[in-house]
Amino acid sequence: MSEPIIQIRNVTKRFGNMVAVDNVSLDIVAGEFFVMLGPSGCGKTTLLRMIAGFELPTEGQILIDGQDMAGVPPNKRPVNMVFQSYAVFPHMSVLDNVGYGMKIAGVPKREIRERAEESLALVKLDGLGARMPDQLSGGQRQRVALARSLVMRPKVLLLDEPLSALDAKLRAQMQFELADLQDKVGITFITVTHDQDEALSMASRIGVINKGQIAQLATPSDLYEYPANRFVADFIGSVNIFEGKLSVDEPERAVVDCPEIGKIYLNHGVTGPHEASVWAAVRPEKMMLCKPGEAVGRDAPEGHNVANGIIKGMSYLGDCTLYEVMLDSGRMIRVSRANLSRFDQEDFTWDDKVSLCWHPSSPVVLLA
Amino acid sequence: MSLFTRKPLAPLEYTKRLWLRSWIAAVTLFLYAPLLVLFVFSFNDSKANVVWRGFTFKYYAKLFKNDGLMSALGNSLTIAFLATVVSLVLGALAAVMLWRFRFPAKAGVEGVMALPIVVPEICMGVAMLVFFAAIEWPTDLPWPLNLSAITIAHITFCFPFVTMVVRARLANFNREEEEAAKDLGANEWQAFRDVLLPHMKPGLIAGALLAFTLSLDDFVITFFTSGPNTTTFPVKVYSMVRFSVTPEVNAVSTLLILLTIILTTVALKLQNIAGDAGAHK
Repeated sequence: MSEPIIQIRNVTKRFGNMVAVDNVSLDIVAGEFFVMLGPSGCGKTTLLRMIAGFELPTEGQILIDGQDMAGVPPNKRPVNMVFQSYAVFPHMSVLDNVGYGMKIAGVPKREIRERAEESLALVKLDGLGARMPDQLSGGQRQRVALARSLVMRPKVLLLDEPLSALDAKLRAQMQFELADLQDKVGITFITVTHDQDEALSMASRIGVINKGQIAQLATPSDLYEYPANRFVADFIGSVNIFEGKLSVDEPERAVVDCPEIGKIYLNHGVTGPHEASVWAAVRPEKMMLCKPGEAVGRDAPEGHNVANGIIKGMSYLGDCTLYEVMLDSGRMIRVSRANLSRFDQEDFTWDDKVSLCWHPSSPVVLLA
Repeated sequence: MSLFTRKPLAPLEYTKRLWLRSWIAAVTLFLYAPLLVLFVFSFNDSKANVVWRGFTFKYYAKLFKNDGLMSALGNSLTIAFLATVVSLVLGALAAVMLWRFRFPAKAGVEGVMALPIVVPEICMGVAMLVFFAAIEWPTDLPWPLNLSAITIAHITFCFPFVTMVVRARLANFNREEEEAAKDLGANEWQAFRDVLLPHMKPGLIAGALLAFTLSLDDFVITFFTSGPNTTTFPVKVYSMVRFSVTPEVNAVSTLLILLTIILTTVALKLQNIAGDAGAHK
């Protein structure tokens, strides 16, 4: 980790009365693959457009490579952007598209051609330079947009929802390719997306954004396993959240009393406010589905998490099956079960009584 | 009775339906038959335009010796050319302004700009006449300056059409393309030249064609703004018709139709060539 290439300092953006970005401060380090993740309308695209220079912050400062970008127009900033619509120029050939930035910069013609072809090879479009954009598929057009930006050798590459217009298979492939490409060129990537899978699979660090503010900044696995609040826990993946009170909170042990499911035991401390309202979150795949009574029963040693319920719904997803279980309290929760062998999904069906158990390291206690 | 035993028609076989065929026949008849008659009778060897008396080119020959008519044609083409060029620039700029910017009273500006399209031509003509008289616009200037009043009048009613066409084209422009150009280093002007202008081009060509033909065949407004030495082609034809509809008038009209067809074809060809060049570069 070296010095930050992008520093966002207390940036606020208002459109009329609407606050799109609310006092955000953020450092992005050179070489990172940073992903801004959030629901639509959360301000992530506005933030990206402010870095590119298409929007100006109402308040605050943006520094790129140590230089204040106030008053620097988009065409003078050392960043390039891949637009959501790709914005490939329809009246120019692929080669002319890729060479456009260099032509504006006054690069000699021969060098333009060489670099453009090099860049096209990088995104695996070699030999398609003579094509017009309307002769390309959506995925190829996106590669043109990528090549066109990369050829400028920007300090930072900004990508606005780069994969949202691609079909599922192509998207999965591009996720790998983008990560690979970033590794190869060593440019800092900042991507905006609302797709959590995309964020988790590509990012070296994720900023979850909600209502114009950063809800959490963390690596993908930290974000999933240690969400900072209910918004993040719920937005990334699927989760069961139980409201409760922290009744025991010791360095090696904690207990949350939840009316809906009973006691939830943790094998680590929480350092939360005693007897205050907290939320315990357990991911569906971390709960084990057992035949009734097979999970250790009521008189199990303290520290064992167990609950009983009835299966009210199930959806078979191939690699796993998602069950909706109604607890004794009437609360519905989700439990997923990997289909490890071929007939696993036949073990449980609608209206089966089941027991659930989970490891005391699995629950996360959320204070907000 | 084959009419009753034939197979039933599929829902989309419109071209086989009798009512539709009669409709098409009627439209064709009333639209093209007059033109055809006009064309055929331009070769009629007779002074009166009613009975066919044999084939001749003499009215075409006569036509080209008719100095009044030829100078009127020259005037018309000059006016149309000037009006087209100015309307194109003015109209395109207005379209970009209305598309790009938000400003107070924008709706008002749009409405005022559409006025020349909706105001009856006769009113426009009278208004122009009164206006040029009131400001004492000089009428005795040497050619082509003596055409200035007509040209200005033509620009007034031509450029809103250009604006309309270009604006319709701009409506489906992807603004991210312009942003992409700027992102790649282009300044405002370069982005306009390299991205927006190529997108506008079909609209500009269509607008120019529209302006040219509108100007070329305008009669009413021109009639009110033309002086004794600034007769345009339609006005001249009208004055000829007042005496009698001779084959000479037919010949003139035939030539005008031909000119329009050639111009349109050339414009379309140019557009195609530009498109092809882009595709195969």
